[in-house]
Amino acid sequence: MLLIYCPYCEEERSELEFRHGGDAHIARPTNMADITDEEFQDFFFLRDNPKGLIFERWRHIHGCGRFFNAARDTVSDKFVMSYKAGEPKPDLSGATPATEKPLTEKVGETHEATEGTAK
Amino acid sequence: MADQALRKAPLVGRHGGSAGARVTPAGPATRLSLRAGTDAIGTLSLAFGLELPQRPKTSASVSGRHALWLGPDEWLLIDENGADLMAIAAGVSALHSATDVSHRNTAILVSGPDAAGAIASSCPLDLGKTIFPVGAAARTVLGKIEIVLLRTGEEEYRVECWRSFSPYAFGILAEGAEDAAL
Repeated sequence: MLLIYCPYCEEERSELEFRHGGDAHIARPTNMADITDEEFQDFFFLRDNPKGLIFERWRHIHGCGRFFNAARDTVSDKFVMSYKAGEPKPDLSGATPATEKPLTEKVGETHEATEGTAK
Repeated sequence: MADQALRKAPLVGRHGGSAGARVTPAGPATRLSLRAGTDAIGTLSLAFGLELPQRPKTSASVSGRHALWLGPDEWLLIDENGADLMAIAAGVSALHSATDVSHRNTAILVSGPDAAGAIASSCPLDLGKTIFPVGAAARTVLGKIEIVLLRTGEEEYRVECWRSFSPYAFGILAEGAEDAAL
């Protein structure tokens, strides 16, 4: 069982109390009426789904009920840190960032290798 | 007489547990789901006659009335004497939101030396003495349902759950009590 640190409860709680909330730090377009359908689709539906360190929203739904952000490694499932909603993206230069592009070398027959490149 | 409606408590007549942990339905109580910003806490505390806790996992209790911290701006108020909490909230002019949840919730009391073990059988919360001392309270999960847990004594816990989930909660706690006594 994963233990996730809730910045509002100020302690680690069981993953059973949490719910995943998608990518964090997605900037909502300020000119929503002007952008094309494709640009809206990119913003609204398409996510990167990288391997490695990502920033995502979580909600402590069966605890304090608050949304917060967490940095998690998608390969090891390790939570590097979590911080309150609205706080700036932390600088985790020490940690290895997620690979921006899909791996070019073949890593066996994985589903990830055959999926498209979402922007 | 035939037209008289009788309110039946959700867990009436149930009993369970083991030699180490007793599981009993709690008596009826009035409850309030209270939400307010920091600037209203002082006024609300004064009106309800207890200091609304502002630290995670804490509660305040004064003669049968409890205020449980659920979130940074959310509390669960329980009055075991049936006081009209809504009337008190209505008299407060400071901005807040109060919802009467007296009949949404019901409570189960778990007591005895194995009480923590009975709850821990299906609840992931750490119930250790230092991390969850007497007076500690938290919203968490019990098996498949959400509960609010309050430690009322060294060996006493109050499990608040939704009324319709209470047979499930009671059953799983009774099972847990038997397992904890083994």
